[in-house]
Amino acid sequence: METVVFIVSALIVLAGGLGVVSSRNPVHAALSLIATLFGIAVLFLNLGAQLLAVVQVIVYTGAIVVLILFVMMLLGVDREEDLETEPLVGQRLLAGLIGLLFLGAILAIIIIGKDAIVTGSHSVTGAISPTIANISQIGTALFTTYVFPLEVTAGLLTIAVVGAVVLSRRPNDLAPIPEPESMVDMGDEPLTAIPEEGAH
Amino acid sequence: MGSNLSLAYLMLSAILFVIGGVGVLIRRNPLVMIMCVELMLNAVNLTFVTFGKMLNDISGQIIVFFVMVVAAAEVVIGLALIVAMARRRPGATADDLRTLRG
Amino acid sequence: MVGLVWLIPALPLAGFLLLVFFGKRIDEPRSGWIGTGAVALAFVTACLVFAGLWGEPEHTYELSLFQWIPAGHFNVDIGILLDPLSMSMALFITGIASLIHLYSIGYMHGDSRFPRFFTYLNLFVFSMLVLVLGNNMVLTFLGWEGVGACSYFLIAFWFEKEENASAGKKAFITNRVGDWGFMIAIFMTFFAFGTVTYTQFLPMAPGLAQTTATFIALMLFVGAIGKSAQIPLFIWLPDAMAGPTPVSALIHAATMVTAGVYLLVRVNPILAASASWIPWMIAIVGCATAFLAATIALAQQDIKKVLAYSTVSQLGYMFLAVGVGGYSAAIFHMITHAFFKALLFLGAGSVIHGMHDEQDMRRMGALRKIMPVTAVTFIVGWLAIAGVPPFSGFWSKDDILAYALHKSVILYIFGLITALLTAFYMSRLVFRIFYGDARWGESAEAELANLNAHTATDAVDADAAAHGDAHDDAHADSGHGAMHPHESKWPMLVPLIVLAFFAAIAGVLNLPFTEHLEFLNRWLEPVVGENQAHLSLGGVQLTIELLLSTTIAIVGIIAAYLVYLKHKVDPRRIELPFFANGWYIDQSITKFMGGVGRKGFELIAMFDKVVIDGAVNGVGRATRGGASRLRSIENGYVRWYALMIGVGAVLLVAFAMTQVSF
Repeated sequence: METVVFIVSALIVLAGGLGVVSSRNPVHAALSLIATLFGIAVLFLNLGAQLLAVVQVIVYTGAIVVLILFVMMLLGVDREEDLETEPLVGQRLLAGLIGLLFLGAILAIIIIGKDAIVTGSHSVTGAISPTIANISQIGTALFTTYVFPLEVTAGLLTIAVVGAVVLSRRPNDLAPIPEPESMVDMGDEPLTAIPEEGAH
Repeated sequence: MGSNLSLAYLMLSAILFVIGGVGVLIRRNPLVMIMCVELMLNAVNLTFVTFGKMLNDISGQIIVFFVMVVAAAEVVIGLALIVAMARRRPGATADDLRTLRG
Repeated sequence: MVGLVWLIPALPLAGFLLLVFFGKRIDEPRSGWIGTGAVALAFVTACLVFAGLWGEPEHTYELSLFQWIPAGHFNVDIGILLDPLSMSMALFITGIASLIHLYSIGYMHGDSRFPRFFTYLNLFVFSMLVLVLGNNMVLTFLGWEGVGACSYFLIAFWFEKEENASAGKKAFITNRVGDWGFMIAIFMTFFAFGTVTYTQFLPMAPGLAQTTATFIALMLFVGAIGKSAQIPLFIWLPDAMAGPTPVSALIHAATMVTAGVYLLVRVNPILAASASWIPWMIAIVGCATAFLAATIALAQQDIKKVLAYSTVSQLGYMFLAVGVGGYSAAIFHMITHAFFKALLFLGAGSVIHGMHDEQDMRRMGALRKIMPVTAVTFIVGWLAIAGVPPFSGFWSKDDILAYALHKSVILYIFGLITALLTAFYMSRLVFRIFYGDARWGESAEAELANLNAHTATDAVDADAAAHGDAHDDAHADSGHGAMHPHESKWPMLVPLIVLAFFAAIAGVLNLPFTEHLEFLNRWLEPVVGENQAHLSLGGVQLTIELLLSTTIAIVGIIAAYLVYLKHKVDPRRIELPFFANGWYIDQSITKFMGGVGRKGFELIAMFDKVVIDGAVNGVGRATRGGASRLRSIENGYVRWYALMIGVGAVLLVAFAMTQVSF
């Protein structure tokens, strides 16, 4: 049963991943991302991480992807991307090559090394308990052993919120990004700065 | 669960990681690039949980929890940057921001 | 009681901190009283600690305050080593410094930088106490540098005058040569013993390889001759007289310049473990310095210069004592010298003050009636340094000479000749200042013109040029007939009287008649006992030596009496220009540095320009060239950078795969 669930979820995950990378329309990419994230949530369940599976669905699909889609709609950048041309010569070839090399290396390690790739010793204090619920075990660990990292992440989130506010303020004296001359050189249509709205 | 299945999880996350990585490298739309980064993060999360399972350790899941928090923060900042950028040049792609060039 | 020892350096430090932050607001004369009070309290503490130290085993007490530099095997603590040697030093430093602080309140009266003077003085006393009380070489070095810096500040205290500023620089730079030697010695000590704490490495010294010990001793000697103004590094001390007179008394006579002697006595086990030529060299350098400086002192006209060369000469005696193994004699002479030389300098300061900043002895004379207290105390100092029994200098100098005779007759003879010269030039100084005709005021102008002409023809040197200003000022003064010498006020006279008392009786510290009377010898036993040369003077030998010294001193005084008061011999036949110009040593150095040395420096500058600058510029040019090629990689595409990260990741994984075997 586990194996079947894994195979089905893995296919969904991979299909979604490829979809993100290859969709010309960003909205389609976001939808593919949702598929991938759902697949991974199922895999989490399969691995016995019930809490993470739920958080994955709520936080990722429910918040992050929705946020991404929201920004997409807000800015109106949901137009299709030209995937046929590549301004950077050799970028795709090199990216593919590097990806394949990396993948090959990792797969080789996994296949050759088998279980030996996991080098840590089995945990005693933090062992996954068969009797205690996953959520209470994670909660206990978070608020005892990992309480300081938890506080630090709280600080990080606060900083991120402040940073977002600062970044998305609209200053009055904002100069437009200067035209890169190389874009003109390349024969691309020169991008123009947004005209200042007179309403303000 | 047999260890072979664990290895399959690791292979799956390796493939997903590379897909995400290649996506970052070849896509120009910053929103899509962020999504690809999310793919990579999820691939890593998957390996953490798998390792946690293999070592019978709850810490694998804890760190995924933290990665999710950091990912949320990263998305917030990334999107704010994209909004700020798009405000000044609608439709700008990652390739348009080239002031770093030597 | 000994636990209070940390207060001894802490009190002057507190005084310094108070004055450095609030000195301007406190202002004259309260800042002077604060500085004096801090040092006087330190002296009281030192007395209490001294009383407590009697109860300690071997009169030694070590106190570690806190860790200063913990660096692996290299550990340096802020710690205090209290033993008979450092206790004696601390006692006479704080004691004399208190008196000189008090004196300065009167002497510096009206100076625009009055508080700053006391700030420096307190810092100096603190540094000096760190130097002698520190329980390791690094702490001693800290104090060593501290007193050097204070010396620089205070020599150049009236820096508005170009010559004062350059005298400060000369002192600082010359000292630096010595500091270099000391530093190398510290490195070598750590290298050889693995520690720089005295109580840890000194007991190990006898087991040290002779070459290592010799090298360390040589480098320490280089440090000592820089600080203590021995040949060839003595040239800074006479110029250091540019500072205010209390500074000359405290730093350049009583305390700082004896630091070199202190250091050599402190490390006496290392000197004992080194090759036999090291003590010989120390003795010869000391003896030669004593003689050379005494001859120069014969012909100086500036009263402070005479005292400065006299100090160099007396320091030479101390080095001689160290070299011949008379460590206790060196310390004995250091203490008596501190009393009588501080007294002489303060007396000279009183004279200079009373004469309205006149320093030329040719313009003085017959001052004993106008300044009775100064004259009497100065005469006590004179008798002490000239070696007239029963004043202190007689006993300490004779102690050194006895040790010198024990080692070699030649050293003894040179010591005696120097003693003769000392008696002669000090008598000259006294006769010129306090006796004879009054050469100040209008009556003396003709004689002075004559003398000036003599100086101008013979002594064409920096010295004469340096005094040109002073002469002109004095001319202006006497032209108006405004010269009215006066006796100084009580803050200046009290230190003179106290110091005169001690200069007279300090000999009882170490009377050579029986072993019971050699208090200092027995007191210093725990520090120098093992390496001290053992003297057992028979009654006859002792009597002959004492009689000989007394005769020598009296001969010197009578000779000076005949020359300078009875005018039997023309002084110019003794005051040779060769001596007046300090054997032309300064001029030779200037000439060498201006001629051959300059060429060498130009060569080095050329090397610097071509090779060093060439290398630096070459690196810059290569970087720029390489960068202009490399910049094409930096195309500004984020994705391209990300790709490079990917390349790096692949390389890392590949590297990891080569390292791991399954």
